[in-house]
Amino acid sequence: MDTIFALASAAGKAGVSIIRVSGPDALTSCAKFGAALEVHDRKLVKLTTAEGGLIDQAFAISFAPGRSFTGEQVVELQTHGSPAIVSAVLKRLEELGLRQAEAGEFTRRAMDNGVLDLAQVEGLADLIDAETESQRRQAVRVFSGALGALADGWRAKLLRAAALLEATIDFVDEDVPIDVYPEVRDLISVVTGEVRHEAAGVRMRERVRDGFEVALVGPPNSGKSTLLNRLAGREAAITSDIAGTTRDVIEVKMDLDGLPVTILDTAGLRDSSDVLEEMGIARGKARAAAADVRVHLLDGSENRVEKFDFGLDIYLKSKADLEISLSESSISGATGYGLDRLLDQISVHLRSQLAGAGTATRRRHQKALEIAAIALETVSRNLKLDGMPVDLLAEDLRTAIRALDSLIGRVDVENVLGEIFSSFCIGK
Amino acid sequence: MKHAFDVIVIGGGHAGCEAAHAAARSGARTLLITLRLSDLGVMSCNPAIGGLGKGHLVREIDALDGIMGRAADQAGIQFRLLNRKKGPAVQGPRTQADRALYKEAVQKLTAERSNLDVLEGEVVNLSTASKRVNGVVLKDGTTVSSPTVILTSGTFLRGVIHIGDVATAGGRMGDAPSIALAERLSELDLPLGRLKTGTPPRLDGRTINWTDLERQDADVDPVLFSFMHRAPFVKQVSCGITYTNPQTHEIIEKNLRKSAMYGGHIDGVGPRYCPSIEDKVVRFADKDSHQIFLEPEGLNDHTIYPNGISTSLPIDVQEAYVHSIVGLENAKILQPGYAIEYDYIDPRSLSAQLELKRLPGLYLAGQINGTTGYEEAAAQGLVAGLNAAASANGREPVLFDRSTSYIGVMVDDLTVRGVTEPYRMFTSRAEFRLSLRADNADQRLTEFGRTHHCVEDTRWSLFCDKKNALEQGRSMLSKIVASARDLHAAGVKVSSDGPKRTLADALTIAGTTVADLSKISPQLIEIKREIAQQLERDALYSHYVERQMRDIEGMRRDSDKLIPIDMSYDGIPGLSNELKAKLKTALPDNLAQAGRIDGITPAALMLVAAEVKKRQKLVRAS
Repeated sequence: MDTIFALASAAGKAGVSIIRVSGPDALTSCAKFGAALEVHDRKLVKLTTAEGGLIDQAFAISFAPGRSFTGEQVVELQTHGSPAIVSAVLKRLEELGLRQAEAGEFTRRAMDNGVLDLAQVEGLADLIDAETESQRRQAVRVFSGALGALADGWRAKLLRAAALLEATIDFVDEDVPIDVYPEVRDLISVVTGEVRHEAAGVRMRERVRDGFEVALVGPPNSGKSTLLNRLAGREAAITSDIAGTTRDVIEVKMDLDGLPVTILDTAGLRDSSDVLEEMGIARGKARAAAADVRVHLLDGSENRVEKFDFGLDIYLKSKADLEISLSESSISGATGYGLDRLLDQISVHLRSQLAGAGTATRRRHQKALEIAAIALETVSRNLKLDGMPVDLLAEDLRTAIRALDSLIGRVDVENVLGEIFSSFCIGK
Repeated sequence: MKHAFDVIVIGGGHAGCEAAHAAARSGARTLLITLRLSDLGVMSCNPAIGGLGKGHLVREIDALDGIMGRAADQAGIQFRLLNRKKGPAVQGPRTQADRALYKEAVQKLTAERSNLDVLEGEVVNLSTASKRVNGVVLKDGTTVSSPTVILTSGTFLRGVIHIGDVATAGGRMGDAPSIALAERLSELDLPLGRLKTGTPPRLDGRTINWTDLERQDADVDPVLFSFMHRAPFVKQVSCGITYTNPQTHEIIEKNLRKSAMYGGHIDGVGPRYCPSIEDKVVRFADKDSHQIFLEPEGLNDHTIYPNGISTSLPIDVQEAYVHSIVGLENAKILQPGYAIEYDYIDPRSLSAQLELKRLPGLYLAGQINGTTGYEEAAAQGLVAGLNAAASANGREPVLFDRSTSYIGVMVDDLTVRGVTEPYRMFTSRAEFRLSLRADNADQRLTEFGRTHHCVEDTRWSLFCDKKNALEQGRSMLSKIVASARDLHAAGVKVSSDGPKRTLADALTIAGTTVADLSKISPQLIEIKREIAQQLERDALYSHYVERQMRDIEGMRRDSDKLIPIDMSYDGIPGLSNELKAKLKTALPDNLAQAGRIDGITPAALMLVAAEVKKRQKLVRAS
């Protein structure tokens, strides 16, 4: 029996959120991130991230097998009721190899283990009605939007791809096309791209909750801190004319057209012999690389421009107040010149990210999308290999389709056969 | 009361013969009743056995010591391993079979079978007592008693043959339908459906001009069905290939209304994978040519079965379109093509033992359950035969699992999901396809069969030898560790500075053979080719199979939760009427089956589980 977990209290902001972990690994797994408990125990614990950072201080309760809701070893973590905290704890449990519980799975285990008595079993129906209604509402919410249309498209394409592969397997003596790989490759590459994009969109949604990050980067004394102060409207970072003033990452939170945005002022990028400054620069680089937008402030002296894989990069000439001719690519923290244009640009970019992000907000969706993307990428890779048996290609495609089950609806063998029979004249 | 027999089988087709043999093999005193003795083992449709999915079924029947594989090997005149160039999991053995030789082989095996009596006669009624079957009534009024009866009456239930607008009652050409028994069954008020299937006109091979036709030869190194056979018994021949053309299509289109199917004379549902030529011309109007295989029906038989042009057009139209085809300009039609319509019993009325839930003791197998194909029929016959025998002898039921056999896939599909068209096996139906290979059917099932008393000593000892050889090979491979440099030098696709690994591990790398590895460890040369091949195949899929094993485990947990046969779904609060209706139709045996019913949600499944639990507690309390 595997160990499962889920948020047991309602989603969203609340005074307290309860995360339930049930199964043989409940104790050992929770101990790994700060909640070391006896079999039947309760205590105040500090939950930590994989890197050792604090997630939250929580009240942890363990229930011994036979004395818990499910009848198994259970740990319940009562955290502060913030979606960000809950999300971090769930992520941590997943990292530890536990599985997100299916709908109703705790109750099901309770029944399997004979914990619920007759009256409770009879009372179950109401509970389940409630559960299915909320599931239905959630499903409608998820599928009414852009994701629904996208998922329909994926379904049709994957069905077609599966039908093509299966047709060459099951109907070899028939009148089916021999080389279906080019079409399969095209179909899969389209879906992979969209699935990847959607999975990334979950990150975007998380940002709506936790805030986007905009990093100010550039050489020392290029005016980053001045710009930050201007944006924040207060003296958040110490500014001076001496290069290397900002030794750590300074954060200012602001509301940009309704989007939560955190502006990061990073230490100036330069080679330094000062150990402290060097550390500051390294941290700054790391934060900047992970940011959604980087605003590069250039003082005109440098050619060196860093490349990043993720997010938007905006290049601006800083200290416009010292310039004679002003252009669209100039900005001044001192006078505020070009500030509105920069904020507009950032806002438009973040909104465009959000627009494409669909509604796959759940970690479970993200997980499904990622499994599917990996399986689809395996298919694409193997399609290129000469001599990869088609049954293995088909198997990875099945895995991808199964992973997307919850998003695109179940693709049954009957659907695949239906597609084959309507596309090809089978029956030699 | 002492019964005359343990098992009575009605019908001597592929389902009936396999059922009778399975029952007799597992020790039951068995009686097979057929309308005509000479019809035992008749192949009434196309002269071929096996194929994709179907070949897998034959291998499984053989692994359980059944007769179909052995008979097909003796009759095989064109062995071909389909998908030879694809992965071993989807390779399916197939052969054209000489009708006369096949029949002869089946009849000989039947005559030699101990515990098995054969009777020529017509069963007109079932005898029942306390809501159970306890025998059959013959046409002359005699009753033969038996606690179990297996009905394998094929298309005899309200069978109607159509040629053009002429309809005749009959099971297959020349046979009278068994009306009395059909009426008796209809009194049971079982859910019925109507299906149709077609056959092509049979041609005289001597009137075909073969000179310009493409040929399809048998394999050079034939792969047989039975694990006990190595080489074909008779001469191998080739098939011819020709094509329909625009003129053929024009003739068919012009006469569509004369077709029984298009003239509105037929309402049964036909198989989508075996459309009539009328259907092909209409549905794929953009294609101006369809492939036809000209299959010989036997070494000493001039009859040719033109696979691909089944029809229900009138005879004169059949002649016209046949003559429009290259090579068939002067072909003589020996027997016109016809469509047949028949009733089937919704297989969701059956348990996983293929026993009728409403009338215990009565088992159904074959076309009567909505399937098509000799192989599907025989495999069901085997399941029914083993279970009837087990029930008669007070033994545990013999249950086949989706994760270990195509037989399990089929029985589960039929009894849980039912059919909407004649059910045929495809490899795509098996979610655990990579483990369910034709080459390892014996490894999957022979031991299981031995436990259930249906594998006899000869096969068992052959199997044990092979199993030992495999185990020996496996242990050799896993004990020897080789450096990456040596592996690389032997041709294994690893970089020469990688970690060292066992040879078993090295074998899982695509393209590696035991022969490659024997360059590192010469003792591997002892491993026989056949054993080496199986080891290679197991290794090829090992990573995928591991992943599948986890899925299988999840499925098993729910399969172990049995739902009582008299479960009342109406009494479950919170379950929608729609789902109640679905569950009542399917009457799933266990929770896993319930979960596979279309539309069942996790929440609904839990309600069912809760009800089961509740009943168990009530039983325990009382």
